Amino acid sequence: MEAFQDLGFWGTLLVTVILSALPLVFILLYAFVTLYMEMKVAAHVQDRLAYMRTGWHGILQPVADILKLLQKEDIIPVVADRKLFILAPYIVFMGTYGGFAAIPFTSVFIGANIDLGAFFIVAISSLVVVGILMAGWASNNKWSIFGAVRSVAQMVSYEIPTALAILIGVMITGSLNLQEVTKFQVGGIQDWVVFGGPLPLVQKLLIIPFTITTFVILIIASLAEVNRTPFDLPEAESELVQGFFTEYSGMRWALFYVAEYANMFLVSAVAVAFFLGGWGSPFGEFLSGPVWGFFWFVLKGMALVFLQIWLRWTLPRLRVDQLMYTSWKVLVPFLFVCIFAIGIILVL
Amino acid sequence: MIETKTLPTQYVSRPGALSTSSGKTLRTDEMIINMGPQHPSTHGVLRLEIVVDGEIIVDVIPHIGYLHRCFEKHAEHMTNYQQVIPYCDRLDYCAAINEEHSYVLAVERLLKIEVPERVEYIRVIMAELQRIASHLIAVGTFGIDAGAFTPFLYAFHDRELILDLFEMTCGARLLYNYFWIGGLSHDIPPQFIEKTKAFCKYFPARIKEFNDLLTYNEIFVKRTANVGVLPKDVALNYACSGPMLRGSGVNWDLRRDDPYSVYHKLEWEPQLGKGEMGTVGDVWDRHIVRMREMEVSVRIIEQALSALPEGNVQAAIPKRIRPDAGEIYARTETPRGELGFYVVSDGSGTPFRVKGRAPAFVNLSALPAISRGAMIADLVLIAGSVDIVLGQVDR
Repeated sequence: MEAFQDLGFWGTLLVTVILSALPLVFILLYAFVTLYMEMKVAAHVQDRLAYMRTGWHGILQPVADILKLLQKEDIIPVVADRKLFILAPYIVFMGTYGGFAAIPFTSVFIGANIDLGAFFIVAISSLVVVGILMAGWASNNKWSIFGAVRSVAQMVSYEIPTALAILIGVMITGSLNLQEVTKFQVGGIQDWVVFGGPLPLVQKLLIIPFTITTFVILIIASLAEVNRTPFDLPEAESELVQGFFTEYSGMRWALFYVAEYANMFLVSAVAVAFFLGGWGSPFGEFLSGPVWGFFWFVLKGMALVFLQIWLRWTLPRLRVDQLMYTSWKVLVPFLFVCIFAIGIILVL
Repeated sequence: MIETKTLPTQYVSRPGALSTSSGKTLRTDEMIINMGPQHPSTHGVLRLEIVVDGEIIVDVIPHIGYLHRCFEKHAEHMTNYQQVIPYCDRLDYCAAINEEHSYVLAVERLLKIEVPERVEYIRVIMAELQRIASHLIAVGTFGIDAGAFTPFLYAFHDRELILDLFEMTCGARLLYNYFWIGGLSHDIPPQFIEKTKAFCKYFPARIKEFNDLLTYNEIFVKRTANVGVLPKDVALNYACSGPMLRGSGVNWDLRRDDPYSVYHKLEWEPQLGKGEMGTVGDVWDRHIVRMREMEVSVRIIEQALSALPEGNVQAAIPKRIRPDAGEIYARTETPRGELGFYVVSDGSGTPFRVKGRAPAFVNLSALPAISRGAMIADLVLIAGSVDIVLGQVDR
């Protein structure tokens, strides 16, 4: 943010606070929308209507839900490790929220324009694992610890394919800064990395099968990163009651929930920035600009969030060993092949 | 091969049963966790004491009795034989008609009375409708056990249509008290035949949709094939019955092998597990047997509807039922298996003794034998595939 260079200490601090609060506003609004969307999509997949009474088609229901959660009793089990129990949801939320710093919402707004943006996101979202393990351990409940241990194993395993898929994006775009990555592919839908990026035609045609494979793997791995079906083992209701947040209630529970929803958008945002042209308009110059950029970015992100919701209400759940199998024996080898092939094609 | 040792009521930890990975300092031990009675997937108030080594199950001990309602003692203290029927409904509340059928059959055989043919046909239609309704709950909740919530609502949507048919006939949607000794409480209403035919026409397409959504889903097949394998001999030794037994490939169906009502006049075949996706007798086989039995039930209903004779729906029976002193065991094929009632009469107006042979209870006894060595996620599926109703297990 070069425009804010000479504001002095307090000015800079104020600007920093405001800038870092903007994604929070976005997350809260987005949580409302997604809460509503999740319930409505689920209902229509299942041949029913969901909320219809609170406002037009139940549009106010998320507000009512949040109000209900605010009034709920805050229960901390007597045998729980009190400090860790209280701290855990904040750590989880921090890990997710931290990732939003490096997300380019539009051409003029990015929380922190750091050159290692992609690396930063991968690193900071690992903090979520710590929070989840803390929550599971502190709850002093056997189902919670099961959920936490599963979650850690799962997220650590799936960070590898996620990171490798992002690496492929970096190889093609040549930058770790998500703003630069987006600028690489502003030329419209044909310049998106998933369709080969703005490379010479022969290279582009050669690279397309590999980029599409990588994109699909990134989506699969990101589903596991955010604990959504078919990888929702950490909170598998039919097995582990509620997994690591069995013992949580009220706003603490809501914080986990908001973190999960925010995480859904975060992984979608990374996929959008690297593979779907970020804030770039799909029509090149047409309908571009900072405001339209924000619109396109959110639209693409929400499309992927919708995909996650859709899958959740369609698919059964994998088993722990199958989960590990998918990561280590399917996704990672495929990505190695993709890295190798894309590397060779780019050198050509 | 066959487990004969009796299960301990409480698991005794065996130190050193698991290998320690790095010598003295790291002690690994089995963990005992308690699944239920308030757990989302124990299908009621079943409590499973699970001994696990990480995610692997070392032992499972089912604890039952949370829903015990003294059915057998109640039956002895009714004013007459008819008053037991509503209690039978409450044994297996998912398949109340089939429970009534067994009891009514026992008393009728004890009285040595014949019921009109129309009654027998209506009973077959009702029993098969109830079987579909019950299997829909079984496969729907099985989907939830596997982590897919949507099939459950699809199943309940169709079950609702069947409940509407029951409601139209006898006014009740869950506990019907519809089969009476010597007949039925009401004749079927005029629109019933038409509506049931419409249902029979509509339902097979829904089964196909359900199969596409869940049964042949790649993840679902991977989860259920080769899991919880119940070999033929073990199934026979545990006296399993119903889809649990047929899933293991044993060709045994009371509707054919010990005929009652008019099943022998209709054309149908019992469905067996063939191990299409894995081993014969795995969880997937038990699931597919239920799916196919619903198709068979539709065919039976269609045949029974077209052969339905006119006539009375109540046989001439004495006002006060006093069977001669004697005993009888009558059994029918319920959605869960062989439900038999052993009724002893001492010549008075109330049964001297009523003993129910609950298939869910017998099938549940095989759970520990087929769960050892599986994972927690598998146990949920295995318990779901046994399809227990705790009201019947505990009686």
